[in-house]
Amino acid sequence: MNLWNRKWTRDAFWMVVSFGALVGLWAGIVWLFETPSYLLPGPGEVLGSGRDNWLQMIPHSGWTILSVLAGYLLAVVVGVPLAIIVVSSQTLERILYPPMVATQSIPKIALAPLFVVWFGFGMFPKVAVAFLICFFPIVVDTIVGLRSIDPALVQLARSMGAPPRRIFLRLRLPGALPSMFGGLKVGSALAVVGALTGEFIGSDNGLGYLLLSAAGELDTALLFAILFVLSLLAMAFFYAIEVLERLMIPWHVSQRAHTG
Amino acid sequence: MTPSARAAGSVAIPEARPEDAASFIEIESLDKTFVGQDGEPVVALQGLDLDVRRGEFVTIVGPSGCGKSTLLSLVAGLLETTGGEIRIGGTRIVEPYTDLGFVFQSDLLLDWRTVTGNVLLPCVMRGLDEKAHADRARELLASVGLEGFEDKRPFELSGGMRQRVALCRALLLDPPMLLMDEPFGALDALTREQMQVDLQTVWHRTQKTVLFVTHSISEAVFLSDRVIVMTPRPGAIRAILDVDLERPRDLNVHDTSRFTGIVHEIRLMFQEMGVIHR
Ligand SMILES: Nc1ncnc2c1ncn2[C@@H]1O[C@H](COP(=O)(O)OP(=O)(O)OP(=O)(O)O)[C@@H](O)[C@H]1O
Ligand SMILES: [Mg+2]
Repeated sequence: MNLWNRKWTRDAFWMVVSFGALVGLWAGIVWLFETPSYLLPGPGEVLGSGRDNWLQMIPHSGWTILSVLAGYLLAVVVGVPLAIIVVSSQTLERILYPPMVATQSIPKIALAPLFVVWFGFGMFPKVAVAFLICFFPIVVDTIVGLRSIDPALVQLARSMGAPPRRIFLRLRLPGALPSMFGGLKVGSALAVVGALTGEFIGSDNGLGYLLLSAAGELDTALLFAILFVLSLLAMAFFYAIEVLERLMIPWHVSQRAHTG
Repeated sequence: MTPSARAAGSVAIPEARPEDAASFIEIESLDKTFVGQDGEPVVALQGLDLDVRRGEFVTIVGPSGCGKSTLLSLVAGLLETTGGEIRIGGTRIVEPYTDLGFVFQSDLLLDWRTVTGNVLLPCVMRGLDEKAHADRARELLASVGLEGFEDKRPFELSGGMRQRVALCRALLLDPPMLLMDEPFGALDALTREQMQVDLQTVWHRTQKTVLFVTHSISEAVFLSDRVIVMTPRPGAIRAILDVDLERPRDLNVHDTSRFTGIVHEIRLMFQEMGVIHR
């Protein structure tokens, strides 16, 4: 435990060092080339803009977080049961899998304008794009996980008199979790992309909308400030899923041996 | 075994009576044909007859693909026969027969359960109370030298230890019979010999009927009362050899002429059948 703590503090230290170096480099470039602030504002200017605009950024962030979470949760709630259906019946797999792959080949960004036409401005198009874009990795990785059970384990369970439902709940599902979390993590990053895309195309709120209007006014410092908030949000989301993963599958190889 | 555990099995078997101790497993003109990927029939087993006495240790050796694993699955009622029949304790097997312990080449331990939790898997799979069997699980683990490892995770154990846990899991509900499909096939040579000795000890203590599959001729001879030599697919019985070496056997029995004689005899059969070439 002590060792883990030490490693954690070491990691944090080096993270601060590397980010500090990046900011220093950035400030150096701005100072050296005297870049105009509408092209590349310095770290100080961006910080200042963040301070001036935080009141306005908070509600917009709220809308973005809401669309990301709504699209993502919808993808989980629809995707996981769909994966279960696909692995449990070959017929249903034949019916469901091809259209799923087909929708995946459509660039989701191209669908956003259509959603605006159908559903107007507001939450729905954003949630729909976020949902569509993170749905596929979640379904596919869940399917892969559910399929990866050792046939001998099923045989063993049957020889112990286990009914199919129990084999599914106690063996197949827990065994699928590591792969599922792979999909959930990829999906978490994609959901942010999806919600932003929705906000670019048709929305009057959210960080995507704020980003466009800052660009329109050539307020590059604000643009950078928003970018930082966005990446912080995306990172927080990703790490939240990682924490959940660590809690749910502490036994998996990927979670072991954080010493070293 | 507790009465409730017995009742939870999907096939009710009558209590053993001394007079039918003669044949515990009866296999009669057994056929098994699979439908292959290309739709062609694959004859795995053909006309197999075999009787196993209660408490007997019988090992099956045969070339790869001759139907050894299929035979064990059929005995456990996990596959349907295409001809003939199997009876255990006089009851015809038509559905999964759960009053047995299965051990495979892969230990199949669950990473998310502790060692004890893995031994208790039969309880979970049958919907029995785990707590009621926890003491038994610990006793079993201690009996194979794994005291102190009860709360460890499987990944903290060596291959040999993991396979011991798998054996404890098979013994948890004290079934009268063990089916073992190349259980030591993935272990190194030294661990393997140790496991053979320890399995013999367990067998002496528990008096189980064991149906054991291996590719190692010497392992078969060391462990068994009888060795069944099978032909290449379609699998049938080529010969049944009695191993009349004294029990308990220690590893030095390998160097006796009786032992090497039987090993030699079996190897000759494989050469004759073209399974191995000189
Ligand atoms: N579910 C199945 N469908 C089709 N063919 C099968 C199936 N299971 C087994 N077979 C075929 O039946 C034959 C016997 O298989 P089995 O696994 O019993 O052999 P084995 O003696 O255990 O081989 P090994 O020593 O390699 O483990 C093989 O030819 C195999 O291809
Ligand atoms: Mg086999």
